Parts: sequence; C-alpha cells; structure tokens
Amino acid sequence: MRMNNPQLDADGRLKHLLSIEGLPKKILNQILDTAESFVGVAEREVKKVPLLRGKTVCNLFFENSTRTRTTFEIAAKRLSADVISLNVNASSQSKGETILDTINNLIAMHADMFVVRHAQSGAAHFIAQHVPAHIHVINAGDGRHSHPTQGLLDVFTIRKYKPDLHNLRVAIVGDILHSRVARSEIHALTTLGVPEIRVIAPKTLLPTQVEKLGVHVYHDINVGLKDVDVVMMLRLQNERMNGAMLPSVQEYFKTYGLTQERLALAKPDAIVMHPGPMNRGVEIDSSVADGRQSVILPQVTYGIAIRMAVMAILAGGQAGGAQ
Amino acid sequence: MTSRKITLPDAEALLQTLAEKLKPLLQPNTALVGIQSGGVWLMQRLLTMLDSTIAANQIEYGTLDVSFYRDDYAQRGLKIETRPSQITFDVEGKHIILIDDVFYTGRTTRAAMNELFDYGRPASISLVALINRGGRELPITPQITAADIVLHTNQNLQLIQNADGILSLELQTSSE
Repeated sequence: MRMNNPQLDADGRLKHLLSIEGLPKKILNQILDTAESFVGVAEREVKKVPLLRGKTVCNLFFENSTRTRTTFEIAAKRLSADVISLNVNASSQSKGETILDTINNLIAMHADMFVVRHAQSGAAHFIAQHVPAHIHVINAGDGRHSHPTQGLLDVFTIRKYKPDLHNLRVAIVGDILHSRVARSEIHALTTLGVPEIRVIAPKTLLPTQVEKLGVHVYHDINVGLKDVDVVMMLRLQNERMNGAMLPSVQEYFKTYGLTQERLALAKPDAIVMHPGPMNRGVEIDSSVADGRQSVILPQVTYGIAIRMAVMAILAGGQAGGAQ
Repeated sequence: MTSRKITLPDAEALLQTLAEKLKPLLQPNTALVGIQSGGVWLMQRLLTMLDSTIAANQIEYGTLDVSFYRDDYAQRGLKIETRPSQITFDVEGKHIILIDDVFYTGRTTRAAMNELFDYGRPASISLVALINRGGRELPITPQITAADIVLHTNQNLQLIQNADGILSLELQTSSE
C-alpha cells in the first residue's frame, strides 16, 4: 500500500507533504488532531512554542501568493523557526538559475525545510526527490495538481463546525478544472469518509472523468445546492483562463454565483467556505461572504494551526531519518 | 535484575494520602494544573475528593499537554496523540500546583514550567506527584508525593485508568 510513496519514510511516517492523494487516513487524522492543539497556542500571551527552535524554513515561492506565504511564515515563526521567504520569480530564476541550483544553494546555507509554491504540477515532488534525507518539503500549491495544506485546513474547518463527517453532504462550486484546491479537498473528504461530495460547475470548468474521483456532478447550482451541509466556493481563476471558457464574468455570477437566495436551498445551518482570495460579485455575493453562515475568516485562522501541525510532524525526530 | 520482586502500592490508597497532603496547600489564589494524561486523571479525582475546600477557596484548574515543549522532540518527534492544553484562567500572579502521576527525570516538569510561563508569570509553581520513582536528572523534585520508591532505569512505571475510572500502577521491565 505504501510502496514507494515519496511522502512516507520506511516506517510509514510523514517525511514530505506533497499531496493528500496517497496519504492514509491515520496520517490525515494525526495532522488534524495535532492542529487542534495548535489552535490554542495563538490565543495565549506568548503565541509561540519552541519545537522548531534552531531550524531554518525556506519559503520558495516560484508563483506569487501573499496569503499562503504569510500563513506559512507565521506558522513557522510560531514554532520558533527562522524563516526566509524568497520570491524566486524576482531573483535567481530570472537570471537563469535552475530550480535545483537554487535548492542546492539554500541547502548549503543549512536550510532544514522547504515550502514550495510553483506554477508547474509536480515541482514540489521533483524537489523532494533531490534533497538529502534530513530535509523536508511541503507543497504549497503546484500547478493544477495539489494544495495539500489548503485541503487539510478545509476539512479541519468542516470538522470544527460539523464534527460528524460520516453524515455530510458537501458541495464544491466553481472552477474545478483549474483548481488544485478542489482536487485536494476531494481527496481529503473521501479519505475521511464524507459520504456525498458534489461538484457544481459548467462543463467547460470540469476535468474530464471527474466522476472517477467519486463525486456527483451537477451543472445546475439550484439543484446541486439542495440540502447540502457545506458549500465550498472556488475562486474563478482568471489568470489561468486562456480561451473562451466562459461567456463573461457577469454571466458566470448569474448562473453560478452564490447568493443568499441560492444558499437558502442548502440546509439552514450550512456553512460557506472559500479558499480566498475572493472575487466578490463573481463567484460569491458580498452579503454571503460576510454573512452569518460564512466561515471564510476562521479558515484563515485554522490554516495557521494546520501548517504548524504539518511542520511540527515533519521536523520531529524520525526513526528512520538520517543525521 | 528481573528476579527482584517489587510490590507496587495501591494507586487508589496513594490517592487518598495525596489528597490529605494536598489539602493544606489549597489557599485562595491557588490553581491546579494536571499534566496529560495521568496528572489530569488525578486532578479530576482530587477536584471531587476536595470539592468543599476547592469551592471555599475558589480554586481554578486547567490541563497541560507538554508535547510542544519536550526536550526529546528532535530525537523522538511529536507523539501521535496530542491534546490541547487548556489553561482558561489568568496565570499571572497565581500559585500554581502542577499535578503529575509518576515523577522520574524531571524533564516533563521542566517542559510544563516552560509552557506555563508562555501563559503568564505565576507567583510560584509547586509540584505534586502520586509517586516518586527516583532518577531525577534536573534540579527539580516534587514538594508532595504519596510514595517514594527506587526503580532501575530499565523499569517503566505507569499509572493506568480502567473503564470505571479506577487507578492502578503498572510496572514494565525492558530486557536490556
């Protein structure tokens, strides 16, 4: 089952976090439970624990993302690590340095952990294969492939509001095709036993054979939202959209935007989520985003706890690890 | 080594002794903090046993899971199951009584003290343990124990709680 899984060591412990796909339920639960303990740390007088004291975490962002980079930075700092954030686009890459040369230079500076965001699917995986055994890699989003910490923080948020995952109906709405977030969410929800996952999108924004992931496909949001417990909105990824996949943004809001009227089709206590950054008036109406059922800001808060948990699990002594 | 038979004291009887010894320490402005998991079981029992004194002095209480402060994290990593620490009262200026089950090296106590100081500056910290098994490695020792025994380093003494909440001690000897 774990043959050659690059994320796990010989003893089945987490070595890198590259994607949720392929991670056993036990590890997902370990991360979620550990994050539970980290939530309280942020509410104390001193918002820090000494676990990663003396370690150096490198945030390598080959693609911009202010929020994700900031939350990883805060998470590492709350674990007492030293953090270096590099916007690689703006530096060595533009001078022609290869990814591995960049990595090797940082290893020569004694980096202990890499947090990698890249526009190419598989970038973090590639780096993980080339680093020495004592170095850990976290995927902070690679192309259309995966964004595991976002998927984890989303299920963590769901679990906080709806603890009984085995009785949930979850709808993911929007640009599934370009969304690594959707993929990670689907894998996480499936592994943790959520019985019904719906994806709601126009045909042009759905990957072919998406049903193979075990989800139910809806093209009409007014049907798809009926009686769901959780509505997970996705951002319309303008920057990834080349070619005419949609008539217009206004048209999209008219057919797929989440309004109060549409939200009323879901269960009365349904929660509304969004990974951010939001396009108000495109995929979500402001009154919903700021409304009573929105848990969009708690998602951000829990994101830090999840990232702390992942780093703390990775950096701790590993039985089979070198050094 | 294994031939020497050790009779373990009865944990429930020790708890009675501990409660009696703890009672005079329960003054106003005192707070109890149980260390996961044995220390929390003991604290919950003590809260019931000493409820009138606890209420009269308005004693507050909380729990600590010291996983994030342990000095063996670099060797052993994070344990699979951590529980959130819950200190909901203001630590500042309080006389804190830490409660642990088995006192051994003192490293857990050190971790607990470090964590407590991240909540605020207590007036004092004292340590209450059900049993001191000897072998401290730091200048830390409990103020109150119900029993003191001496065990070999290959022996591991643990407090167990059964389904009915009854406490007992268990000794394991590793073969090295």
